[in-house]
Order: sequence, then structure tokens, then C-alpha cells
Amino acid sequence: MMGNINKIFYILLFVSLNIYASPEDDLTDFQNYFKNKFPNTEFSDYKNGVYSIDSSSREQWESIEEFPPYEINIEQGEELFNTPFKNGNTYASCFKNNGIGIRQNYPYFDEDKDEIITLELAINNCRKKNGEKPLSYYRGGPMADISAYMAYTSRGKIIDIKIPNYKAEEAYEAGKKLYFTKVGQLNFSCADCHVYYPGTKLRADITSPAIGHPTHFPVYRSRAGRMVTLHERFAGCLNRIRAKPFKAQRDEYKNLEYFLTYMSNGLEINGPGSRK
Amino acid sequence: MLMKRYINIVFIILIFAISSVQADNVKEGKKLAFDRKKGNCLACHQIGNGELAGNNGPPLIAMEARFPNRIDLFNQIWDATKNNPNSFMPPFGKHGVITKDEINKILEYLYTL
Ligand code: HEC
Ligand code: HEC
Repeated sequence: MMGNINKIFYILLFVSLNIYASPEDDLTDFQNYFKNKFPNTEFSDYKNGVYSIDSSSREQWESIEEFPPYEINIEQGEELFNTPFKNGNTYASCFKNNGIGIRQNYPYFDEDKDEIITLELAINNCRKKNGEKPLSYYRGGPMADISAYMAYTSRGKIIDIKIPNYKAEEAYEAGKKLYFTKVGQLNFSCADCHVYYPGTKLRADITSPAIGHPTHFPVYRSRAGRMVTLHERFAGCLNRIRAKPFKAQRDEYKNLEYFLTYMSNGLEINGPGSRK
Repeated sequence: MLMKRYINIVFIILIFAISSVQADNVKEGKKLAFDRKKGNCLACHQIGNGELAGNNGPPLIAMEARFPNRIDLFNQIWDATKNNPNSFMPPFGKHGVITKDEINKILEYLYTL
């Protein structure tokens, strides 16, 4: 059960996240909230998701990571990434630094298009620009493999998401709002499981803290036996609470990803990862 | 009197029938409480001998002593957000996850704890 101190913290957190707070203030409040909740967890360790707070399952996970199940996906992703399109161009031509070591810059707010650009969206934009059909956002496959490779080349880079203007801040606020709104037949908000109750057990599952979520995506899920992108994971959690999931790369998810990644500013990219 | 004897027998059968219905309700209530697609109360509460219990809600023990009024317990399951608008516990009845009838069966089981 929640102690009174924790309760006070979460009321403070909720209030300060809602009234007049700038994203910078939100970030400080959020990170302090988790620091208080899990005093034994180093900030840098949140990139490890649930294993940053649950030592009982950590050892088994670490041994899985020694022979990572996503290795083949990184290899396939690299090959796809380096295979030229029909017009002779490659993915590298669409990205800064030829697409190497840039995962930490996504998602970003494109000030010309007034739109959030996620990595997966940028991959498909690149294909379109070069006259290729977009890749599916679902069920792992080539999209998740390319994303996994690009994350892999960015390991160790620090997330530093910017909110450049008012429009961007609106998108951030929309993502924050959705994160804290109860939805679905079972009436949960994302924050219920990942802000207020992380570290508690739901049957055999322990929920992870909300900071550090995007650092390690895409993720190989042993339950699914394949790679899962961040938006597919969002859909998984919405299904679980019997809420209607959104389509991948819709504004709702892009806003969520923008908010969530901003809250992970200062953490390292360590994707791809492996999870249950 | 023969008539009186008759009534006695009917009465005994009736009691027997009622208590076996009640036993059935307890059994069904337990099933509903444990079923992941129904109450799934075990996701959050320690309950009797239920395995893989969660721990974000209080253990469901000594229910008779803590909920002497059946209606209070019913209401907690029907709509937990009445007592606590931010409750982590889903409003099972209000959102149509389980029916009134099913909640009443769960109550029969809970009062054995
Ligand atoms: C009823 C509880 C619950 C709710 C509500 C919920 N989640 Fe989850 N979520 C889980 C569990 C359990 C896991 C798997 C364990 C973990 O946290 O890594 C998970 C995992 C995740 C992960 C992957 C974490 C990782 O390290 O791989 C992300 C991202 C996530 N959830 C986002 C969300 C978002 C966004 C929402 C709201 C749209 C949401 N969740 C709502 C229970 C929940
Ligand atoms: C997802 C979590 C969750 C589920 C599922 C859940 N509960 Fe709860 N329950 C809680 C929490 C948390 C509380 C503490 C009060 C609050 O926060 O509203 C609670 C409180 C209660 C209480 C009051 C206990 C007390 O000592 O005051 C009862 C009774 C109860 N739940 C019964 C049930 C039953 C029966 C079911 C299944 C039909 C169920 N719960 C399903 C989380 C849950």
C-alpha cells in the first residue's frame, strides 16, 4: 500500500504537472518523484525499465541479454538499411550523420511541418521520398529491424528532446494529458500503472516506472516471439485495459511518445532491448 | 399429526436446497473472483489460496468483521471510484465488466474469508 508520504508526493506531482508548469518543471518534478519513490535506483539505471526497480527478475534478464534474442534483428536491420532503393539511394541519404548514432534525437518536432517525427515515421518518409512503398508498423518485421539497427548504432547516446515552440508544447501537453487520463472499460490511466503503482505486482507482472521507457525500443518480447515497436507496446497496454488502441503513428501515440521521451531526457539509448 | 410431519420434511428439504444453492454460489463466486476475464481480483489482492496474487490492493481477509454491511462491500466492487475517485481498482459493475448477479456471488465467496 502507498504510504502517506508517497500519497502527498503524488498529489504534488499531479498538481504541479497540471497547473502552469513548463515542460522543464514537469521534468524536474517527474524525475524527483521517482527519486523519492525508488531511492535505491540510480537515475542512469532507469533505462533498464522494470529491472531498474525489481532485483528479483534482473539476474535472469541479464543472462538473456548476454546472448540477446534480438541479435538477428540487428543484423537483418543493418542489411536492409544498407540495401539501395530502386533509384540507387539508401536510407543513409535521408538522415543526419548517414543515420548512424541518431536515435536519441527522435521524436522531434518538425517546425516546418508542425508535426512530430518519430524514427519509424522518418524511415517511411525516406522510403516515400525515394519512390518505395511504406513498411508496415505492425508485427515487427523490416520496420522493427531497421529501427533496432538504428537504435543499436546509438547506444550510449543521451536523449535530449527539445520543445522548440508553442505548437510543440501543445503536442507535448496533449501527450501528457492522455498519459494521465483514465480510459477503457477497466478505467486505468497509463500513469496509474507506471507513475502511481510501479513496482507493485499485477498477478505475476511488475510494472515499470514511466521514465526510461523509450530508451530501449524496439524490444524483443519473448511472449510474442518477435520485435515490438513502441507504438505496438502502447497498443498492448491499451488492449489490456480494454480501451480501443489507436493506429500506429497517429497523433495520439506521437504525442504520447513525445511526452514520454522528453521525460527520459538525460538517459542513455540502450536499444534494442529484451522483455518478457 | 401427519400434516405437521409433512411440513417438517418439506422444510428440511428446503433448507437443504437453499444451503446447497449457497454453496454453489460460493464456488461460483470464487471462480468469478479468480477468473482473469471476470473479476480478476487476484491481479491486485491476496485472496485465500489464490496463486500469483498481486499486491497493490489490501489482502481480502476478515471480510465479515471489516464489512458488516453487505451493501458497502457491494458498492466497493460496483464502483470503487465512489470512495476514491483516483482508485486503482476498476469500477467493475458500473463499467459492465461483471453483472450485479455476479457481484452477489463474489460477495458470497468473500464472506467465507
Ligand atoms: C493495468 C496496468 C497498466 C496500464 C494501465 C498501462 N500499462 Fe504499460 N505496462 C504494464 C505492464 C504490466 C508492463 C510490462 C512490465 C513493464 O512495465 O515493463 C507494461 C509495459 C509498458 C511499456 C514497456 C516497458 C519496457 O521497459 O519495455 C511501455 C512503453 C508502456 N507499458 C506504456 C504504457 C502506456 C503509454 C500506457 C497507457 C496508454 C500504459 N502503459 C498503460 C501495465 C500497464
Ligand atoms: C487493478 C487492481 C485491482 C483489482 C483488479 C481489484 N482491486 Fe480491489 N482494491 C484495489 C485497491 C488499490 C484498493 C484500495 C482502495 C482504493 O485504492 O480504492 C482496493 C480495495 C478493495 C476493497 C476494500 C478493501 C479494504 O480493506 O478497504 C475490497 C473489498 C476490494 N478491493 C475487493 C475487490 C474485489 C472483490 C475485486 C474483484 C472483483 C477487486 N477488488 C479487484 C485494487 C484492485
